[in-house]
Amino acid sequence: MLSNIFTLGFLVSLLASTIRLATPILVPALGQIFTQKAGILNLGVEGTMTIGAVSGFSVAYLTGNLWIGILGGIIFGMLWSLLMACLSITMKANQVIAGIGLNILGAGVAVYAYRVIFGIQKLPPQVETFSIINIPLLSDIPIIGPIFFQHNILVYLGFLLVPITWFVLEKTTFGLKIKAVGEHPRAADSKGISVAKIRYSAVLIGGAYAGAAGAFMTIAYLNQFTEAIIGGRGYIAISVVIFSRFIPKRSMLGALLFGFASALQMRLQALGINIANQLLLMLPYIMTVLALILASKKSEIPSAYTIPYSRLER
Amino acid sequence: METIAVKMEKITKSFNDVKVLDSIEFKLKRGSIHGLLGENGAGKTTLMNILYGLYNQEDGEIFINGKKENISSPVKAISLGIGMVHQHFMLARPFSVVENVMLGRKSRRGILLDTKQTAEELKTLAEKYKMEIDPYSKIWQLSVGEQQRVEILTAMYQGAEILILDEPTAVLTPQEVDAFFETLKEMRDDGKSIILITHKLEEITSIADEVTVLRDGKMIGRRAVDSTVTKDDLTRMMVGRDVLFDFPKNTIEPGEVKYSIKNVCAKNDKGLPALKEFSLDIRENEVIGVDGNGQKELCEVLTGLRKSDSGEIILNDKKMVNKEPVYYIEQGVSHIPEDRHTTGLALNWSLKRNLILKELNKAPFVKNGLLQPKVIDKYWNETKSEYQIKSINGEEKARALSGGNQQKIILAREINLNPQVLIANQPTRGLDVSAAEYVRKKVLDARNAGTSVLLISADLEEILQLSDRIAVIFDGKLMGILPRGASTHEIGALMMGKKQEVASCEN
Repeated sequence: MLSNIFTLGFLVSLLASTIRLATPILVPALGQIFTQKAGILNLGVEGTMTIGAVSGFSVAYLTGNLWIGILGGIIFGMLWSLLMACLSITMKANQVIAGIGLNILGAGVAVYAYRVIFGIQKLPPQVETFSIINIPLLSDIPIIGPIFFQHNILVYLGFLLVPITWFVLEKTTFGLKIKAVGEHPRAADSKGISVAKIRYSAVLIGGAYAGAAGAFMTIAYLNQFTEAIIGGRGYIAISVVIFSRFIPKRSMLGALLFGFASALQMRLQALGINIANQLLLMLPYIMTVLALILASKKSEIPSAYTIPYSRLER
Repeated sequence: METIAVKMEKITKSFNDVKVLDSIEFKLKRGSIHGLLGENGAGKTTLMNILYGLYNQEDGEIFINGKKENISSPVKAISLGIGMVHQHFMLARPFSVVENVMLGRKSRRGILLDTKQTAEELKTLAEKYKMEIDPYSKIWQLSVGEQQRVEILTAMYQGAEILILDEPTAVLTPQEVDAFFETLKEMRDDGKSIILITHKLEEITSIADEVTVLRDGKMIGRRAVDSTVTKDDLTRMMVGRDVLFDFPKNTIEPGEVKYSIKNVCAKNDKGLPALKEFSLDIRENEVIGVDGNGQKELCEVLTGLRKSDSGEIILNDKKMVNKEPVYYIEQGVSHIPEDRHTTGLALNWSLKRNLILKELNKAPFVKNGLLQPKVIDKYWNETKSEYQIKSINGEEKARALSGGNQQKIILAREINLNPQVLIANQPTRGLDVSAAEYVRKKVLDARNAGTSVLLISADLEEILQLSDRIAVIFDGKLMGILPRGASTHEIGALMMGKKQEVASCEN
């Protein structure tokens, strides 16, 4: 049995799959870095991703174009997070309650929309998924090639968002404003920055990232929509953000860790290892909890985290 | 060129139907320092927030350099050359100095930050006004005085010609204040116009060219500050009556020694010795003022917030060494802490709850584990009228009160139950004249009721006024004890480390 595990082929496919499975965690996590740095904890990521999944799938199915499908996921993800923005910024609702509410609502709306669009069919409708792109030359390198350079385009784009997110946050005026409204909204306000506007944009960016990741699940990972397709990835993404202390590079590590745990448990199940598969299924979540416990001590949470801003309050 | 930089006419503003500013007139001459004097709640900050565009006035007009302006936002104010340094700094702590400066300014590199260029310009500007600052250090690494410099620099960098400073010295040490005033003079001589919001009379007489006095949202007067202006004049304008600066000598003679601190040694937060073999006896009906460094650690040891390494504390023949804070409370040791926001009050709790904070497990306020609202309400109403606490019904959060009223809640909590010992650490810090007067009176009342009071204060005047004896600490050691009526010179000499024979001065 163990000899099966330690073959080179097993390792290569395990690591390649780690990267693929990390993508739908990484992308919403990066989006949440924007949102949370601006002081908004959007617990509704799970719901946003489910909305992204169903809209991405439907749009791709109806138009026959996967790229338009992704765009659909992004747009509906943004619309869904707009609800969160309204509740938490304009109406100053409790963010935890608003986020949980939008998760429950999102799951319901997604399934309802799916039924309305596709009805009940004997076989679930399917789409073609994005095909694998072998990066020329690089993909031919033994071991390295199959692990890193034989993925679909969205995986590459997802990882490309890591430096982009970092750059926007650290090197642009927009990034500075986002951090300022999360850290000291009154100071930002007194310098002429519209706290509400910046926070809205930060929540919408988070929604776009989450929507894209949801669409990834239906049209780049599986080729259909199921109710539980997101499977807690939204929550994991939030914990990855905390674990990463809001640093994009570290959130990539967190996502890879989760991806690895998922890939490992799938392969161990496939090998028919004699462990109850319920236990194996728990593996990624247990790892998340452990990682959070280890990282939680030093997390530098923005000062205005989850606190609504109003000008006149002392 | 117009010599009046700012003219505000008939400014009126209300919050929740309460008029906080009533037809105020304000005029600032170019190239001058103008004091805006008033007690807390007089409307000084509100008036300036209007000038800075944070609030809009209901009525009245503002002229900048002779031209009528509608200042709708801080951005507009900045574009008119108005800068403001708030009492609570508008700095994001994890950001560097230069990042804070770049916030809300158009970058010369479009959407990218122009960090390097800004940092260099900032450095040049800082050198011009003799304010040393590293543009790349993070705010949380800076002292409060340095943070204030960053605020002033930011305003200057934005091109401020008119600078509003809201209670700028409240956070500074006396040495820092001197340096700060030098900077202000430098800026005035450079042609800048400065508005100094304050309730401290000495600041007006020592640096302001003119002064405008507000009281309860009304304009009381405006006058040039020259040698004829006295502290008493200003006080009368500010408070509306004469204020007691000199308290009569204690008529009740101190009794037997009640509270003894014997050979206490303790370390500070850095692990270095802060108290070295410190000893002090306090008698019944006596206030002992303590001056010098090591005060903070002393207070904490006496209230159980810090462990001592050796030594004893004896109250009424009972030894109390390194117990939990609650033990000291039960023994009747009351404590007015240095910082009312962090250790004095639960800011998000109601006033009522704060008042009974130390009685939460005791009858009559709690019976069978349940709070007794009727008893608490009754106690609250009595306390409220006795201490003249400005409050609607006691249910509002402690956070919502002014510093003076907050301090009254603490006073009531600590003094009402006739403590054996009162440790009062900076009891009047940040309070305006009349609130400070009230607190001092109450401390003396406690003494006259038999309490042994240990008064710690950075305000030497206060120590001289209230103390029966004055203990001077230097480098964690007791240097000597001076009788009432000692001069600041004698205290100064002791603080410089010139040891006096303790025995010779003990009464």
